[in-house]
Amino acid sequence: MDIQAYIESGILELYVAGALSEKENKEVYNLMLQYPEILQEVLDIESAVIKLTASVSPVKNNDKILQAIKAHLGLNGTDSKVISMPRYNWVTYTGWAASVILAIGLFWTVTQNKQLQSDIQISKTQQELLETQIANANSSLEEANTLISVLRDNNITKIPLAGQGNFASTYANVYWDKSNDRIYLDAQGLPEPPEGKVYQVWSLTLSPLTPTSLGTIDDFITDDNKIFEIENANASEAFGITLEPAGGSETPTMEFLYTLGVVNAS
Amino acid sequence: MELETLIENFKQKDEKAFETLYNMYSESMQGVIYNIVRDKDIAEEVMQDVFIKAWHNASSYSSEKGRFFTWILNIARNAAIDKTRSKAFKKTKQNLDADFFVDILESSDSLDSSTDAIGIKKFVKKLKEKCKAVIELLYFKGFTQVEASEVLDMPVGTIKTRNRNCIKELRNMVLE
Repeated sequence: MDIQAYIESGILELYVAGALSEKENKEVYNLMLQYPEILQEVLDIESAVIKLTASVSPVKNNDKILQAIKAHLGLNGTDSKVISMPRYNWVTYTGWAASVILAIGLFWTVTQNKQLQSDIQISKTQQELLETQIANANSSLEEANTLISVLRDNNITKIPLAGQGNFASTYANVYWDKSNDRIYLDAQGLPEPPEGKVYQVWSLTLSPLTPTSLGTIDDFITDDNKIFEIENANASEAFGITLEPAGGSETPTMEFLYTLGVVNAS
Repeated sequence: MELETLIENFKQKDEKAFETLYNMYSESMQGVIYNIVRDKDIAEEVMQDVFIKAWHNASSYSSEKGRFFTWILNIARNAAIDKTRSKAFKKTKQNLDADFFVDILESSDSLDSSTDAIGIKKFVKKLKEKCKAVIELLYFKGFTQVEASEVLDMPVGTIKTRNRNCIKELRNMVLE
């Protein structure tokens, strides 16, 4: 907005004269709040008009008129004030004091309420955390119990898988539950597979040498006890573990044969 | 004290604020009223009415609607014009419409009261003829822009710019 052009338009002179519409008055008022130049201009115009109109005043008897006005309105200066002041003050101060106390009380209550709500939230979170821990413990216990029952079972055959070639330091154990067509692979002795690779478990028959994939271990890293339950309905004569690209391979990559173990005929 | 605070106190019927505002505007109001009624006693009477009315209606004033000066100026102009329409007034007074405020300045000998009387007189003497009518109608009589344009038979826009230039001259004279 061009302030100077607005001032030069003469609208502010009309504003002081009271010659504008209600809507225009409001507009000028808002612009005065926004632009100090406009406010200053209005003050200057007003001051000049006051001096001009005052110059026409015929006599200096304004004090006399004021006394007459005050007498008419019942404003007697100090007399009435002395009487009314104490009561006015008492009511005022009591009112203010009550307001302040009320405000402090309200503030305190709100703060307390917020604190309590926050406490409840913290407790809820802690409770959820504990429930999760209990659930985890329960499932761990279940797994452990299953493992114990497997180890105690006479029908289970243990096949140790020894490290091969470059991976001689690795090892694994297969517990074969023939009656239920499943094996438990204890892969504790294998390192974590590198990114993009997985371990693949193979069932082998020896003559002729035929590998059958039992699947890949996709959750090796996240599994805590490194014991994996795998379906196996084959008449396996040996078990091997190779490292394969993610998703597994059709045939084992022999350069990455980590461990191998033969099932005892007895 | 800030004018805003003063007016706020006045609206709360603070006597001190009322007195301060009276002292700020009473002389100006008396000039406006006297210009309309042209009688010292009647002007005094109207003055009382105006400020009594202002006191009673204090709470109705809102700065959004206009300047406080303009508010009380309106009360004064209306009260004075009402007075000239009363029967009692018409009996004793002639039609005064022909006279402008400038005539008071030029003819009156009792103009010793105003602080800027000398400066104003100088201004009025130099004041262009076309300024006199515009200032008279807009400030002393309370005409709207449209009413003034009809009476003076000139476009509304001309009223606006002419008045601007006239007030500019006045400011140069009195606000140095």
